[in-house]
Amino acid sequence: MTTHPDPVRESPEGVPAQSQAAAVPPVTPARHAAVREATDWTDGTDTVSRAAGTPEELQPYAELGLLDDEYDRIRHILGRRPTQSELAMYSIMWSEHCSYKSSKVHLRQFGEKAPPSDRLLAGIGENAGVVRISDELAVTFKVESHNHPSFVEPYQGAATGVGGIVRDILAMGARPVAVMDPLRFGAADHPDTARVLPGVVAGVGGYGNCLGLPNIGGEVVFDPCYQGNPLVNALCLGVLPVDRLQKKDATGPGNVVVLMGAKTGRDGIGGVSVLASATFTEGSEQRRPSVQVGDPFMEKLLIEACLELYDAELVVGIQDLGGAGLTCALTETAASAGTGMRVWLERVPLREPSMEPHEILASESQERMLLVVAPEKLEAVLKTAEKWGVWATAIGEVTAPEPDGSPGRLRITWRDHLVVDVPPGSLVDDGPVYARPMREPADLILLQADRAETLPRPADPDTLRETVLRMIASPNLCDKTWVTEQYDRYVLGNTVLAQPEDSGVIRIDERTGLGVALSVDGNGRYARLDPYQGAKLALAEAYRNVAVTGATPIAVTDCLNFGSPEDPGVMWQFAEAVRGLADGCAELGIPVTGGNVSFYNQTGAAAIHPTPVVGVLGVLENVADRVASGFVPRPGAEHDQLFLLGETHVELSGSEWAWVTHQHLGGVPPQVDLAREKQLAGLLADAARVGHLSSAHDLSDGGLAQSLVESCLRHGVGARIAVPERFAGNSMPFVFLFSESAGRVLVSVPRGHEKAFTALCGEHGVSWELIGVTDPTGGALEVHGQFRIGLDELRTAHTGTLPALFGGVQSFEVPAPAAAEVVFDAPVGAFEPAVDLDAVSGVDATDAATTAAGQNPEPASGGEQAAPTQAAPTQAAPTQAEPAQVEGVLAAEPTEAAADRPAERATPPVRTGQVELAEAADPAPTSSPEASGTDAPQHGDTEQPAAPDER
Amino acid sequence: MTARIGVVTFPGSLDDGDAARAVRIAGAEPVRLWHGDAELHGVDAVVLPGGFSYGDYLRCGAIARFAPVMEKIIDAAGGGLPVLGICNGFQILCEAHLLPGALTRNQHLHFRNRDQILRIEATGTAWTNTFQPGQEVLIPVKNGEGCYVADANTLDELEAEGRVVARYVGGNPNGSQRDIAAITNQAGNVVGIMPHPEHAVEALTGPSLDGLGFFTSVLKHLVGAPA
Repeated sequence: MTTHPDPVRESPEGVPAQSQAAAVPPVTPARHAAVREATDWTDGTDTVSRAAGTPEELQPYAELGLLDDEYDRIRHILGRRPTQSELAMYSIMWSEHCSYKSSKVHLRQFGEKAPPSDRLLAGIGENAGVVRISDELAVTFKVESHNHPSFVEPYQGAATGVGGIVRDILAMGARPVAVMDPLRFGAADHPDTARVLPGVVAGVGGYGNCLGLPNIGGEVVFDPCYQGNPLVNALCLGVLPVDRLQKKDATGPGNVVVLMGAKTGRDGIGGVSVLASATFTEGSEQRRPSVQVGDPFMEKLLIEACLELYDAELVVGIQDLGGAGLTCALTETAASAGTGMRVWLERVPLREPSMEPHEILASESQERMLLVVAPEKLEAVLKTAEKWGVWATAIGEVTAPEPDGSPGRLRITWRDHLVVDVPPGSLVDDGPVYARPMREPADLILLQADRAETLPRPADPDTLRETVLRMIASPNLCDKTWVTEQYDRYVLGNTVLAQPEDSGVIRIDERTGLGVALSVDGNGRYARLDPYQGAKLALAEAYRNVAVTGATPIAVTDCLNFGSPEDPGVMWQFAEAVRGLADGCAELGIPVTGGNVSFYNQTGAAAIHPTPVVGVLGVLENVADRVASGFVPRPGAEHDQLFLLGETHVELSGSEWAWVTHQHLGGVPPQVDLAREKQLAGLLADAARVGHLSSAHDLSDGGLAQSLVESCLRHGVGARIAVPERFAGNSMPFVFLFSESAGRVLVSVPRGHEKAFTALCGEHGVSWELIGVTDPTGGALEVHGQFRIGLDELRTAHTGTLPALFGGVQSFEVPAPAAAEVVFDAPVGAFEPAVDLDAVSGVDATDAATTAAGQNPEPASGGEQAAPTQAAPTQAAPTQAEPAQVEGVLAAEPTEAAADRPAERATPPVRTGQVELAEAADPAPTSSPEASGTDAPQHGDTEQPAAPDER
Repeated sequence: MTARIGVVTFPGSLDDGDAARAVRIAGAEPVRLWHGDAELHGVDAVVLPGGFSYGDYLRCGAIARFAPVMEKIIDAAGGGLPVLGICNGFQILCEAHLLPGALTRNQHLHFRNRDQILRIEATGTAWTNTFQPGQEVLIPVKNGEGCYVADANTLDELEAEGRVVARYVGGNPNGSQRDIAAITNQAGNVVGIMPHPEHAVEALTGPSLDGLGFFTSVLKHLVGAPA
């Protein structure tokens, strides 16, 4: 043990013991102390006293990313020039990444507009938000970016991105239980994507798999705008007993400050200031030393050690070391408690003994945690660390606030020289705040005027068939197994749903079945066209993805990926997106609990699309009730009925189709109506609970066609679909299949449940439409009168893309599990058959109550085709029509003729009618009932049915 | 009396909790063993779970093989103690020379997680006696270094002695020689398997319930075994 003379205080009483517990005997700091005697600059140490005596010395603040006035402010705070170490600390703590100096003024809205929530135990400003999900249990979750490092060094960048967010979750007192990763890359066929993507995927997998955390979902998106700026976001979910919530406050003067985990090395120095807070330019690839290197094994040990410390109540406060390393952890823990801290920096175990104090303070070496421990518990803490084979070193102690009651000071010595003497709050809270200039991008008006609804659309069955196959094979819509099978989704044994499902679902409590659903979504194209609506659309999609599992959404996290805040156009996009997200959360009644801002995703003048990525968390009282996205195999000729919930408008701007087939981005994104999303979520939760749903799948990118194909391929169950009457003719079947209108879900309902389900839709005010049936034995997806595509052909198209692009993996043919191999506990219709849809035979057995609930058969065009259609032609109809609906239930008789019922056509809002799906003798789909008869661009908008689309 | 089945936790073990859960669901009592334990606490069988013991440093399983608890397990296995090594556990058993051959990097060089069909070929082992010969089961596979290799003589010997316990069917996920997914020792009490039966024991979380058979087999074995 070394006793250190204390240059700060007169008597060094209570100097914490230098203690290290590790599998390997530590280097003793005394060895370094012996070689350093001198007290001036020649020694290489810029001390506080030296700084006071050399006010004119030039300092490289600009190179560290500080502006002139920021540097002046530091001098003002300290009353002298900062030492080299202090300058390093201010430069990283006041960087965009740490200080949120450009975003702070906008992010306030998340708090100001947040709906009241009695579930929120910790919110914005903590390492991660904590949400109570039962009397005993809480979950914590957060999504964060690691974009810049992942471009420079894909594997380590992505790996340490996972490691960083996991430590955030750990610091809240939670056991990390799952991760997700929203990833965005440049064009799929760009040579650099072949460098970045495999490295990022291997990094996410390499770290997460080795930590034993199931990866339960995420996104893989390609767009040329991300070519030089891939987005690697990582989300982690943790679970904790409510009373184990940890704080970061370094309270209790005299308490010991312990650094636990990996040794400190030179990796990641300047990661936040040099790398994450600047725009990429030529030569960025030279910044590899700023990327951290991860060791997941160490992190796994750190997790187990921390959890053991929590359970034994051995720590007063805890903070992870991530961006800004020790600097951030020391200043934040002290500042949040109002205390001071005394740190002996030479006690920090080093990987490289030649490191200087400012390097130690700035290092972003991974797998480290800072603990605040009562002196009498130090021994037990070190023992626990030793058990798990991780280093733990007492490096300092908490000191009292100043005698005048003001917060204490952070004093750091290096081999007996005082190198840092600052008020910790000045680094954490007093950083610069900028209300940066904002201006709507000049090109936005023109961009919005260039609507995709005017593009030529497929208008005949052959082209439509071809379009389906092309779309499902396109990089953004294709099967992502090449990526996701590199992630362990089974470990911990609580994964109820994982990718490619709409949400990941994790069982939290094995006894009660309590669990959570999580989804992360974003759409940069929508946000580019309208950042306010784009943010709301991302929120709506994540919310809906959680809802389709039957979960009730309760909380939000976000990762806001944008270009340079110094560009007024980008700043405007950012402000609009934040406003949209805050408004959206207020409308949905769920709070933002935490998140992350990533600026400077820009190479030269080219910024990425504004990309707000939104994560929504929902609760499932019993995960056994969860609903999955795949159609369910049934024995014999049994099948489920397919309902489309929500309304389809002609909304193609910003769509995947416009991008894939026309390389077009323009117009305004789909409308978003959060009140309807809320109704939809309410319906889905109720329907799941009582077992009305055998599957539910969100509609988003790629529209209905994409959802149908995905639901079919999940378990190899085909489907037969009838295009509703009002989408008949010309390019309207295409609109039905590829529009990206929000607020829609495809559900399958087992026989016997239709009546109750549609009644429930009525109660919730959700419009619905019977569009077809599953076809477990047909082996194909058939859209009546349009096309029939075998499941094998669909699968080949859907799964071939990524292996062809990124190769490396031989494509094994894995047969879709047969019915017998798949365990389903979804309800199978136990009641008498109510509705029988059979497109082949044209049989139209009907059931009065079911049909009365919402069908309005109109005469088929040309008298040939009667398709299930939805009665309510206006958006307001579902709720307004309810009384009529009820009457309809009472009034309708089951034996109506199949086809022409002109009387009802005259009174469409009265939702009576029957379900039918008659065979068309010859649909003659190319003959358009409309006057135009062509797909000339200028006709695109006129084709939309007047009623359903009010845009 | 309920069988007591030990599940070892090495630093870096990940599926230890899952293995313990599977033991419980099968009707036995899981007993957690620590890598530093110098005794086996009287367990009736041992599971070496999946994960990255000691960070897979040096070579998968190479360090774990020297853990104090392994000395006892190696001794006891020689005396007939049923031992199941899953994934990393299989790697450890090979490193400990309780099983022949080695597990190397997947041929395609990627970690791979998928639901895999296996054909159970040896049903005389302590861990597979409830299966039918030739029975196909669906069990998750997830590994980065699961490519089973051995010299041709060893492979021939394994085949001749009926010690290939399970083979991959419908695609080999890692390039293992002769599609080998699991093997056993001559006595049939030690089994190493690359896929994860402990992940297929609940309808809610697994692709099937087929994994349960491995754990019920050892119970059957223990009942029949001389005390």
